[in-house]
Amino acid sequence: MNDALASELSAALGPDRVRSGPLELTLYRRDASLLEGQPGVVCFPCTTEEVQAAVTIARRHGRAVVPRGSGTGLAGGAVPVGADGAEPVVVVTTKMDAILGIDEGTRVAWVQPGVLNLDLTRDVAHLGLHFAPDPSSQQSCSVGGNVANNSGGPHCLAYGVTSAHVLAVEVVLPDGSLALLGGLDPEPPGYDLRGAFVGSEGTMGIAVRIAVRLSPDPPAVRTVLVDFASIETAAATVTGIIAAGLVPAALEMMDARITAAVEDYVHAGFPRDAAAVLLVEVDGLPAGVEAAAQVVADVAEANGARGVRVAADEAERALLWKGRKSAFGAIARIAPDYYLHDTVVPRTRLVEVLSQVYEIAERHQLLVVNVFHAGDGNLHPLLVFDRREHGVMDRVLAAGTEMITACVAVGGVLSGEHGIGLEKRDHMGLIFSDADLDAQRRLRLAFDPDQTCNPHKVLPSGSRCGDLQSVPAGAWI
Amino acid sequence: MTGPVRTLPATDGPLRDFAAEVGPSEPVVAVGGRTQWTVGGDPDASAREVWAPAGVVAHEPAEMIVRVRAGTRVAELDDALAEGGQMVALDPADPERATVGGLLAVGHSGPRRLGWGPVRDTVLEVRFVSAAGELIRAGGPVVKNVSGFDLCRLLVGSLGTLGLLAEVVLRVRPRPPVAVWLQGAIDDPDRVRRILLRPSSILWDGSSTWVLLEGHGGDVDAEVKALGPEFAPVGAPPALPDDDRWSVPPSAIHQFVAGLHPGTFVAEVGVGIVHTSAPAPAPVRAVDPATATLHRRIKANFDPSGRLNPGRMVA
Repeated sequence: MNDALASELSAALGPDRVRSGPLELTLYRRDASLLEGQPGVVCFPCTTEEVQAAVTIARRHGRAVVPRGSGTGLAGGAVPVGADGAEPVVVVTTKMDAILGIDEGTRVAWVQPGVLNLDLTRDVAHLGLHFAPDPSSQQSCSVGGNVANNSGGPHCLAYGVTSAHVLAVEVVLPDGSLALLGGLDPEPPGYDLRGAFVGSEGTMGIAVRIAVRLSPDPPAVRTVLVDFASIETAAATVTGIIAAGLVPAALEMMDARITAAVEDYVHAGFPRDAAAVLLVEVDGLPAGVEAAAQVVADVAEANGARGVRVAADEAERALLWKGRKSAFGAIARIAPDYYLHDTVVPRTRLVEVLSQVYEIAERHQLLVVNVFHAGDGNLHPLLVFDRREHGVMDRVLAAGTEMITACVAVGGVLSGEHGIGLEKRDHMGLIFSDADLDAQRRLRLAFDPDQTCNPHKVLPSGSRCGDLQSVPAGAWI
Repeated sequence: MTGPVRTLPATDGPLRDFAAEVGPSEPVVAVGGRTQWTVGGDPDASAREVWAPAGVVAHEPAEMIVRVRAGTRVAELDDALAEGGQMVALDPADPERATVGGLLAVGHSGPRRLGWGPVRDTVLEVRFVSAAGELIRAGGPVVKNVSGFDLCRLLVGSLGTLGLLAEVVLRVRPRPPVAVWLQGAIDDPDRVRRILLRPSSILWDGSSTWVLLEGHGGDVDAEVKALGPEFAPVGAPPALPDDDRWSVPPSAIHQFVAGLHPGTFVAEVGVGIVHTSAPAPAPVRAVDPATATLHRRIKANFDPSGRLNPGRMVA
């Protein structure tokens, strides 16, 4: 059972940072996805040495380790699933929340993995710097979680995905040893292990210290809200802005249902009767920003926009962004549950894919809302429902799979920022051949030969290089 | 000179031919433009030479991507992108000879890295031939993608020791409307970096500083003014000494060049690459044992018989 394991972990970490009671374990059965697992023991290390101790003890007991940050992941990456039926040890990094050092001159911060994304930006704001990757959950997600899932946000369009902002990661490997991946110099010796680790979803070890790049705050910013009478004209405007040679700092789209729900929720002045709105942000130096904002307005008007509103000041800009980033919270005004997908399509195929998304939802008698990173082609169809309704989960899952398939059919991929986790691992075959997956498995096995770190995640079972047990489909829904 | 650019049919035929030529056994060495042939050591003389297919397959300006075969000369790719008003953040010293695949396999970014980012961040999808002679794909043809492990970044800079690049999809960006190099006889390049928002390059040789400003004309004018009268436009940056190329933390540049004579080095300020023409003290670049073990295991897992680019070492 778990008693000996828990008592050994308690001896190493202290009894107040180890949990094994049934009620407490229940809290860690899931992340922000709909999937559930079962932890054996949950522990909360504060130091690198304690992470190493937890990993070593788990290993000695033949248990897998599941790393977990704030638990905001939406693909089931932190759902505890063990190997061979043995309940895993969940290693929660939320207590490792120190900003270890900031070098203003070279614009680098060393942080522990549990530092919250927005806290880092707030901490360096007085230096005129910020951490560019900004998921919608940035108030509650951790930097370690961002690294694990390579999870960015609206500003990835101009500033690149999280991987571009991570310089070095110190990692406790699945055998308990410590390795520094990457470095502060631009071309560290050896293979790009930092690049390989970012986005590995906890399958290659646990980050304990992260060096991130800080970006200078742009002196000028313009945030523009554009109101459309149809999805088609909004999508055409997205393409038109890019074709005009602009790379906006952010280019977000919200459809009619979510716009109305958000407006009811935050009262930001969003047009309640719009078929779609775009939130476009341009930043940089003043002359270029003014010119770019004018291009946005011109392209929108040429495509028949009903209205173009430029935020007059920082307060109005913050309110517009609050509206966008509160979208998931606003869903509660429509239905108690939602299932959020995360796929990417070529942005020139947005209209075609969106119309299929609506058609699929309608056919399954479900309501879908769309709020997404249009500039990246990163769709987020949200199926909203009430799980108490008999049989609804089957329809939700079936519709979700059809939506993913539709995105892949036009040259899209499975995930833009949430990761694969448990949720989409069995869909990986939609975009990768067995040989492709075998190559990915070879990388994973170099870090974790015994597959004890977050097993059953990302890669489906049955590709050639390993011999994983199959996880029953839907077992955790 | 490069000829007129043609967009090729998006067929796998040439990639499969390349995979067949690589085959499943015997040592092979991938040849590009031989512009960085000695990086990582000379290839084993017994290895058979193979060339990746060439040509721009598809440039999609509205998607901000280009699909290009690895044997394509960088200048040819640049010509193709220029037609759509775009560019790619590859910046080799000799674009007429350097190939896309060779540049990515070596992984060295050019002097515009400060503003454009490293070449690794340009790569969205790779198709490569594995040690087993199979054609493998990783990543995807979209600008944001976290579907699976990041083999794209793993392969950039791997010197062809894990797989031989056949075709890649790269992220492109708009060509800046204005670009100007400035030079000033000042020896505090860090001050320059603090003044400017996103300079594309700052180079320093110990006595003089060069700055590349790119972007909207009005912004470039304002930044030129902010730099002050000691900076004046010049036609080109300094030639980069090519005897040695060092990678140091950007904060350690001054310490690193302390023993060097001005004019015998050019440092990429804010990046940490130092090009030297005189012997420099080798900085300590120890790889910790656990990291070295990872390097060995990755090589062994991807190329168990050590047949891919034998003789070349990445660390």
